[in-house]
Amino acid sequence: MSAAHKGEVHLVHLYPREMSIYGDLGNTRCLAARLRWHGYEPVVHGHHPGERWPAQAHLVLGGGGQDSGQVRVQDDLDRQADRLRELAADGVPMLMICGMYQLFGEAFITVEGRRLPGLGVLDVTTTGNRTRMIGPVVLDTDFGTVVGYENHSGSTVLGPGQQPFGSVLHGEGNNGQDRTEGARTHNVVGSYLHGPILPANPRLADGLLEIAARRVTGEFVPGELDDRIADEAHQRQVVRLTGRRR
Amino acid sequence: MGVIAGLRTSGAIAAGKAARVASRMRGGGSALPGLVAERVDPAILQHTLGSLPRGVVVVSGTNGKTTTTKMVVALLRAHGLRVFTNPTGSNFTRGVISALLGEVGISGRVDADVAVLELDEAHALKFAEVVAPTHALLLNVARDQLDRFAEIDHTARLLTTLAEQTTQAVVLNADDAFVSRIAGQLAPGVGVQWFAVDPAVADRLPEIQEADVRFDDPADAPTLGDQDGLLLPHDERSFTIRFPGGVDVGPLTLRQRGLAAMINATAATTMARVLLGPDWDAATASSALEAVHPPFGRGEVIDVDGAPLELVLVKNPAGFTVALGTYGNEPVATMIAINDNYADGRDVSWLYDVSFESLRDRGVSVTSGVRAWDMALRLRYDAVEVDRVEADLDTALDAFLGLHRGEPTRIFCTYTAMMHLRRRLATRYDLARFGEDPDA
Repeated sequence: MSAAHKGEVHLVHLYPREMSIYGDLGNTRCLAARLRWHGYEPVVHGHHPGERWPAQAHLVLGGGGQDSGQVRVQDDLDRQADRLRELAADGVPMLMICGMYQLFGEAFITVEGRRLPGLGVLDVTTTGNRTRMIGPVVLDTDFGTVVGYENHSGSTVLGPGQQPFGSVLHGEGNNGQDRTEGARTHNVVGSYLHGPILPANPRLADGLLEIAARRVTGEFVPGELDDRIADEAHQRQVVRLTGRRR
Repeated sequence: MGVIAGLRTSGAIAAGKAARVASRMRGGGSALPGLVAERVDPAILQHTLGSLPRGVVVVSGTNGKTTTTKMVVALLRAHGLRVFTNPTGSNFTRGVISALLGEVGISGRVDADVAVLELDEAHALKFAEVVAPTHALLLNVARDQLDRFAEIDHTARLLTTLAEQTTQAVVLNADDAFVSRIAGQLAPGVGVQWFAVDPAVADRLPEIQEADVRFDDPADAPTLGDQDGLLLPHDERSFTIRFPGGVDVGPLTLRQRGLAAMINATAATTMARVLLGPDWDAATASSALEAVHPPFGRGEVIDVDGAPLELVLVKNPAGFTVALGTYGNEPVATMIAINDNYADGRDVSWLYDVSFESLRDRGVSVTSGVRAWDMALRLRYDAVEVDRVEADLDTALDAFLGLHRGEPTRIFCTYTAMMHLRRRLATRYDLARFGEDPDA
C-alpha cells in the first residue's frame, strides 16, 4: 500500500497538551489519515512550549483550551509569533480552533477590561463574556456547508475588511449578532467549531491538505476516498439543524 | 420558630410523598418528587440529615461515583451500620430528597446512623450549602460534559469548595493532581486520608486521568501514611488494598472488572475505614466488596436467552477509555450507541479523545443512536470496521441481538441511549427496575 507515495507532508499541532480540550487533536488525526489515503506520507509534529520549531511545517493546527492552558502557552507563542506570521503571509494553510483562533486575532479583552494582544494574523478582536455560546452549528463556507459544535464565552468581532470563515445557518457564530463565524486570511482559517471540525467536513479537510500538498509537491493528486460515512454524518446534522439538505 | 419550621417540613414531606406515589404510578423517574419537596422546603435536607450520629458522607468526582458510593454503603452495612443513601444514580440534590421521602416518617426523622450520598460536582456544592458534609470522598477530575460545566479547572474549583466545607475528614486521590492539591485548602482540624495506586502500575494512570496544566511545578506526590489505602493489583481481577498501619484487605476479586473499579474499591475502603475507626474489620470489608454488584449500566449483565449481554455506560473520554481497557482482553460482539441529548453531553467531540484501536481485531457490529454515523466515522479513523449503522435504537438492538443469537454481546452506550435500551430490554427480559437494585 505504501507504494508510490506522493511526498511527505509535515503537520504541526500547536500545544497538543494544553490546547486540545474538545477533541481537536482529532483534526490532526483526520488530516494524517486522509493524507495517507490520498497517497501522501504524513509526518505529525506536536509542538510543546519551549521546544524547538520543527524543520518543516506545511500545515499548522491548533485547538481549544482552558484559561489555564492559554496562560501556559503564552510565552512560547510570543517566541513563535514572527515565524507564524511569516508562514501565514507565505500562504501556509492553518486551522486554528476556539482558543487558538482567539490567540491568532488582534487582541482579547478580558471580562475585567484588560487588553491582551494576540498574534494579529487574523483581524479579529474578542471580548470576554459571562455567558457562553454553546450548541451545534451549521455554516455556509467556501468549502461548502460545515457542521460542528461551538462552546465559547468570548464574543468575536471582525475588523473592517476581514473575511469570515463562514456565515451562520444555525447557531451563534462569532458573536451571536452578525451571523459571521470564524475568520479567513490567506490560507489561515480560524473558527470556534469543535466536533472536531474536520472529520465530518471532508471538503474542508481536503481543501486544507490540497493547499499543503501543492506547496510541497507542486500538485495535488487526490486518491479515491470513500467518504460515504462522513457525508452521511454531515448531511444528517445539516438536515436536523436547518430542516433541509444543502 | 421551631414549631413553624417543623410544620413546614412536615408539609413538604407530605407533598413530596404524594408526588412520589404519583410518579411511581406513572412509572416515572426518581427526581420529580424531590423537586416538589425542594420547592416546599429547601431546608428539608438539613432537618432530616443534619443530626445523623455518624455524619453525612458525600462522594463526588467525575468518574466512578455510583460504583464507589455502592461500595462505601456495602462496607458500612457489613459492619452493622444503618446507612441512608441515594441508590438510583440520581445524583442530584433532588434525587437525595426523593430517596429521603421513601425512608422518613412524617416526623422528618430518618432511621439511619449515617448518610452516604453520591453527588455530582455542581450539586454537591448546592447540597453542602444546606448540610455541611462531615466527610467527603473525592475521586477524580476529568473532562465530562463540558457543555454543562465548561472547564475542568472549574470542576476542580467546585470540588475544592466542597472540601473546604467538610467538617471532619476528607479522603483524596493521591494520583490526581486536581484532587491532591485540595489538601492544602481544608479548614483547620479537618483530617486528610489518601488512596493511591502502587507506583508499579502508575504508568496505566495517564490514560484514565487528565493532565493538570494549571501550574508550573508538578504537584508533589503526597507522602502516604499508616492509615492511607494503597492499591496493589495482582492481575486484571485480583488485588490487595494495603494500609501500612493495619491489616491488608484482600487479596480479593470484584464482580466488576478493571483497574478503575479497583481504584474505586480502594477509595471506598479508605473512606469506610476512616468512618468506622475501631469498629473496622479487614476480613468483613473484603467479603463485603466481593459481594457488590456493579450498578446497572456499569458492566451490568443481562441474560438474553442464555447468553450474557453487558450494558456499559460511557459518558466521557476517561470513562470510555477505562471501559475499553476493562473489556479489551475479552472481545465479544459489540454495539455502540451514541445520543447527544443534554444528559449525554450534546457535544460528541470527546469521542476523538478516545482510542478505539482495541476494537480493531473484532470490529463493531452496529453503531446506533442519534449520532450513529458520527460514531461510525470516528471508528473509521481508527481503522475499526463497522458492519451496520442504524440510528434507530430499537431497530439496531433487534438487528444486533438477531445477528449474535446465543453469543456473549456488549453494548457501550451514552446515558439516554442506555435508558432507552434498558427499558426495551426490561420488557423482554427479567430486569430490576431502575432505582431498585437487586442486592439493595
